[in-house]
Amino acid sequence: MKYIDEYRDGGLARSIAATIAKEALADRHYRFMEFCGGHTHAISRYGVEDLLPANVEMVHGPGCPVCVLPVGRIDDAIRLGMRPETTLCTYADLMRVPASGGASLLKAKAAGADIRMIYSPMDAVLIAEAEPARAVVFFAIGFETTTPSTALAIGLARRKGLTNFSVFCNHVLTPSAIRAILDTQGRPETERVRLDGFVGPAHVSTVIGTAPYVALAAEFEKPVVVAGFEPLDVVQAILMLVRQVNEGRSVVENQYIRAVTNAGNRIAQREIAEIFELRETFEWRGLGDLPASALRIREAYALFDAERRYRVVTTPAADNPACECADVLRGLKTPADCKLFGTVCSPETPMGSCMVSPEGACAAHWTYGRFRDRAKPAAPKARPVQAAA
Amino acid sequence: MCLAIPIRVEALLPEQMARVTLSGVSKVVSVALLEDVQVGDYVLLHVGYALTRLDPDEAERTLALMREAAVPGLPAPGLPALGEVAA
Repeated sequence: MKYIDEYRDGGLARSIAATIAKEALADRHYRFMEFCGGHTHAISRYGVEDLLPANVEMVHGPGCPVCVLPVGRIDDAIRLGMRPETTLCTYADLMRVPASGGASLLKAKAAGADIRMIYSPMDAVLIAEAEPARAVVFFAIGFETTTPSTALAIGLARRKGLTNFSVFCNHVLTPSAIRAILDTQGRPETERVRLDGFVGPAHVSTVIGTAPYVALAAEFEKPVVVAGFEPLDVVQAILMLVRQVNEGRSVVENQYIRAVTNAGNRIAQREIAEIFELRETFEWRGLGDLPASALRIREAYALFDAERRYRVVTTPAADNPACECADVLRGLKTPADCKLFGTVCSPETPMGSCMVSPEGACAAHWTYGRFRDRAKPAAPKARPVQAAA
Repeated sequence: MCLAIPIRVEALLPEQMARVTLSGVSKVVSVALLEDVQVGDYVLLHVGYALTRLDPDEAERTLALMREAAVPGLPAPGLPALGEVAA
């Protein structure tokens, strides 16, 4: 396939990796966080870590919307789906996420709730149009990549004059999460993750552009290289990060120039701003309550807001106490550090959200990486965690 | 979740929709987020909406920069491609 196959050339990847090995300083250890689950998946699936020298380490970030959605919001969605008059439309990724008391959307569906998996928010609008007797609720999640689609679906429902369509909005913002990872002031030393830079978001950046990362790179003195999701994109971005570190630079660079511009997609930004506004605060799994980190539907579109319509009041709910998802999402632990990993927790029976989504660090490690743990039984269990430089 | 695939625009349809194909599968998607989409353009498709147009010149420049970053003569020929081994 055009624009895919050429970025998976194994020979070229190994050759660029050889350049990384040559340029990475022998007396230095490099730790880079790939923010996105899409990058985590690519790194695991294509064995990018095996190409890198031992002193270049990748740390998985929180950029997986399914993984960072707190349990309380899944509980809310299940309650919405259980109402006799509602049809809850959701992306398939959310169906098996564990909620409180062992519940999930899949189990609610099996118990008779009208919960349907859809490909596009447009499908939810079309269901509402075709079935006027049903109150259709779209369970919207995702970073800035997915938000414009939800905005356009609400606009379409309004143009069609639908009164039986609403959105349970859980859209979150990438720059706020990067800030939460870097801004560790006031946190105990064990909760600070040492990083030398970020592989920055790919498709989020097609919407918001590279400009929003500029202030973060400067304030925290960490290089950011926006990169595509193909393995060669990731390898090239790592080389660009190594070069920035070696040259003492901390700027935003764009590896994904075929899809991402400085300013991003202005039409998408306008559609988002028309429908959504900032929430004061929103809970993220692993990162806690983050100010100005999520969106809600504006008053002018209240008719389409499931939270207002059904008076949703989220009750915070605890994760499985043994689940290490929270620390994995912040880069403090690896999947193998969790005692549930591969024992009671696997993609078939996930205990935590990181094992559900194929982009989650645990699912990626289970599917593609766990043979490495067996090959290296003497590998240290816990990553060294040091104070931020 | 942020998965998006490069896909070719085959025909423009009313109401800012377009017909696209990928490996023989045809689908009608929204191009409302893009300006001046043309038949033959490659766009990144995400949950039924085209997010951005792929720039063929920048794609070529990226590959050129990758080749430039490679160590000449490496790797030895005959190594397997990255990819579907674990799928």
